[in-house]
Amino acid sequence: MTRILGSSAVMVAFATAMLGMVLAVAGTRLRRPELVRGAYAAVYVNFGLLAVASLAMVWALVTHDFSVSYVAQVGSRATPTFYTVISLWGALEGSILFWGLVLSGFSAVAVWLGTHAREDRRGDGADVHRLMPYAAAILLGIGAFFYLLLVLPANPFLPVSPVPADGPGPNPLLQNHILMAVHPPLLYLGYVGMSVPFAFAMGALLSGAPGGTWIRLTRRWTMAAWMFLTAAIIAGMWWSYEVLGWGGYWAWDPVENASFLPWLTATAFLHSAMVEERRGMLRVWNLSLITSTFALTILGTFLTRSGILSSVHAFAEGEIGYWFLGFIALVLIFSLSLVAGRSDQLHTAGRLDAVASRETAFLLNNLLFTVFTFTVLLGTLFPLVAEAVRGVKVSVGEPFFNSMTLPICMALLFLMGVGPALPWRVASRDALRREVALPAALAVVVGIATAVLFGGGVYAVVTFTFGTFALAVNVRQFTSGAKARMRAHGEAAPVALVRLVGGNRRRYGGYLAHIGAITVAVAVAASSAYKGETEATLRRGETMSLRGHTIRLDDLWGRQEPQRFVLGATVTVLRDGAPAGEMDPRLNFYTTSEQPITTPAVRSRPSGDLYLNLMAVERDGSSATIRMIVEPLVPWIWAGGYLIVLGALISMWPARRREAAPATVFAPAPPLVPGSAAARPLAIADPDTRGART
Amino acid sequence: MRVAWWVVVGFLGFSVGEIPYSGPLLHAQIAATTDSALEARVRAVASELRCPVCQGESIQDSPATLAQEMRTVVREQLAAGRTPEEVKKYFSDKYGEWILLRPRPRGWNMIVYVLPVVALLLGALVVMRVTRRWARPEESGSVSAQHVDTTTPS
Amino acid sequence: MNWQRAAIATAAAVPLVALFAYGMTRDPREIPSPLPGRAAPDFALEVIRAGDEPSTGGLQPGDTLRSSELRGQVVVLNFWASWCLACRDEHEVLSAAARTYADRGVRFAGVLYNDRPAAGLEWIAQMGGQSYPAVLDPRSRTAIDFGLYGVPETFIIGPDGVVAYKHIGPVTTPVLTDQIERILPPIAAAP
Repeated sequence: MTRILGSSAVMVAFATAMLGMVLAVAGTRLRRPELVRGAYAAVYVNFGLLAVASLAMVWALVTHDFSVSYVAQVGSRATPTFYTVISLWGALEGSILFWGLVLSGFSAVAVWLGTHAREDRRGDGADVHRLMPYAAAILLGIGAFFYLLLVLPANPFLPVSPVPADGPGPNPLLQNHILMAVHPPLLYLGYVGMSVPFAFAMGALLSGAPGGTWIRLTRRWTMAAWMFLTAAIIAGMWWSYEVLGWGGYWAWDPVENASFLPWLTATAFLHSAMVEERRGMLRVWNLSLITSTFALTILGTFLTRSGILSSVHAFAEGEIGYWFLGFIALVLIFSLSLVAGRSDQLHTAGRLDAVASRETAFLLNNLLFTVFTFTVLLGTLFPLVAEAVRGVKVSVGEPFFNSMTLPICMALLFLMGVGPALPWRVASRDALRREVALPAALAVVVGIATAVLFGGGVYAVVTFTFGTFALAVNVRQFTSGAKARMRAHGEAAPVALVRLVGGNRRRYGGYLAHIGAITVAVAVAASSAYKGETEATLRRGETMSLRGHTIRLDDLWGRQEPQRFVLGATVTVLRDGAPAGEMDPRLNFYTTSEQPITTPAVRSRPSGDLYLNLMAVERDGSSATIRMIVEPLVPWIWAGGYLIVLGALISMWPARRREAAPATVFAPAPPLVPGSAAARPLAIADPDTRGART
Repeated sequence: MRVAWWVVVGFLGFSVGEIPYSGPLLHAQIAATTDSALEARVRAVASELRCPVCQGESIQDSPATLAQEMRTVVREQLAAGRTPEEVKKYFSDKYGEWILLRPRPRGWNMIVYVLPVVALLLGALVVMRVTRRWARPEESGSVSAQHVDTTTPS
Repeated sequence: MNWQRAAIATAAAVPLVALFAYGMTRDPREIPSPLPGRAAPDFALEVIRAGDEPSTGGLQPGDTLRSSELRGQVVVLNFWASWCLACRDEHEVLSAAARTYADRGVRFAGVLYNDRPAAGLEWIAQMGGQSYPAVLDPRSRTAIDFGLYGVPETFIIGPDGVVAYKHIGPVTTPVLTDQIERILPPIAAAP
């Protein structure tokens, strides 16, 4: 019953999507608005259908209905209900179903917001209404592909006969940590979210209305998807760190790279979009970035689901790889020919008032992000290239990516300090000097102190130096603005800060995201450059020490749980010989897994983590081998992630009604002197003045 | 002892064939040396070698038994005076180039090192030309003046 | 629409798609070994169980199987473990081949990889014996020397001490026979 409900829902969704696509295009060409409305209805209906299919699957999972193929594949009566529910995205078919759900949901929201767009004084509404039918058609087209996957190669609702009494349960790695409930949905929200800006971009090109409208629509959607993707990447790092047991959080694995690549191009777009909004430049470039971002999300999905690159996280491979390959080809041909074919009509005059301006900083930012993307993509695909060209299998791993991308990261860190210090249009020498003098001085002091006190190599010292510089510049945007408000309005410091940020959310949200990114960079540098690790075999009562941390092995125990056998060590952390806490690194044996899944014990303090991993246990329970790792500042990576997400949220938050349209569209230009802007932070930039303002 | 008993019971619960993996339970004799300079070199070499029984992890990062043994081999060879290059060559002779996490910078492999640099230089050139042209003073004026510009930084 | 530009841009996507299509035909887990054609690494492995057929070497538990003493003979070295499921599939194939080729001077040995000796012995008993001797590789040194990726893997070493063939995964009778016959001096089998 559930099976039939689910499979008919996805089948109808596919048919509806195809029909809706035809209606949207025909309705626009024939000028029949009722057909276009039919297409929009198809978008809403599809969301309902996918919700039904997903709920049916969750129901089947929870009730252990092993007559449904997906349940027979990932279900198990022994698995706790919580992990049973989240195994919805634990394997290939379920993940495609979840993808379809998210896509249909995003499509519905995008169409609803688009068709209910307020007519504002710039006449955006008309453009939106021209663009929406095409955007809806694109979204329905992407949807049709995924629904077709659910009907044919990745059908999770196939019948199973005879019905098994029990199943193997989800992949042990997926049922071993709570973050598995967080990371994949965030990743899908980020990945799938990129479909919407792509649809708007293609819609703008197809409708011939690429004016200023598309960039305004796209920017916010990209920001939302980017926020989810950022959160997903950080959550994924956290998950690796908490589960994989090697004390690291990023290994440049092909699947990690697959999530990182669209993030890089989306980040580039979020910056260059500001240049287009403000100065009308870089339109073709921005369209290319959005197209690349979407193509990279599909590429990432292809890489993880085709089994063409070996990876820790790869799903089971299969025929579905060819489907994705075909879809990638289709997307690339369609979007590249559209952008290139229309590029003549899109060219806008480039104009810079001075080389030393924020515009130039954004160009450099885009250059670095593009080269970054290219390097990671090349490294990820190089094993294929080498095999095709030389017939030899090679590996491209962490050492390669670190040495190639760290210089780019350093340059970006530096630019994060320079960019906000540079005003739009023209930077006067004096103003620039006022902005950077103090941060630069601070940076030099911190850099020298780092080198003298800690050493740790060039990259660590440079990261601390540039990080201090960038942090100081970005923090100053808040402090000097708030100070000016306090002077001008006599407000208390917190009030001034809140009003400052509230008055220009986009700008200050951006600075906050910078502060988060700098935090992540510094914490990553510290945790890798100053990481200490050692390994020892301890008998009960014996101790081991590292960098002033001492631990004592007290106990070894085993526990049979329904779905696994857990082997653990009880370890006491000693401070000055006195117990200061307990930790319990564990090994989990699942019957379906060759290797035990580790659960390292982590003791977090703001200064860093003490990380214990149980490596081996003597069979008689007399001794255990423990890897002990001390990693400074790791918690700040996660904290930085929260800051970035918070910054993005502030940036996206709809502005209050009275300043609604213009304020979200044209952020007041950061002035030459920070104080002067802060004095009138609520000033509404009139679009008509954008050519005249200096 | 009670604890040991639990451990034994736990293992009996999994007869041979049910836990196909018994590695970490076997070897506990990790040679922990006190020579931190050697350890640093071992870590450096081990992080450049790919663990054969894992997926993409280095033998430094992997908890697999074979990776642990391979680290010991690295340590022994370095302690015996071999250079890091010689140790890496030992492993690539056995496992092929695949085991090196950083492709050998020669021949066709140079593509992966050179292309990003070329891309950076070309991109920098484009950005330089574009900013210079856009900043030409005689054309300064209204932004809305449309003129077809065939070069964009794409 | 500028179709010429559109065509050029589309052409740019072709190599990428072609690369993926090529990638779909390859298996990233199948890694060729550089060993065939090179001298086999030296080894000295302790025997834990004699072969059931006395003619398969006559080594007794406690003896050492040395590569130096095997020169001039074809050697089949099979890496296995009790926790390895695929090893069950090939066990009878190997046992039978060892019996067949014993009188033609082909020496078989099973190297226990990453396992307890007791578990290995128990496994052999469960499988109904093993015609050739089982040996130990206590710290996987021989496995590393042979560039082992996992079990089962089987190496065939020629009389000259050069690795003639490496097989990944469970070996089958036709493959084993072909590869042994290829390097074995062509003597008519005894009636």
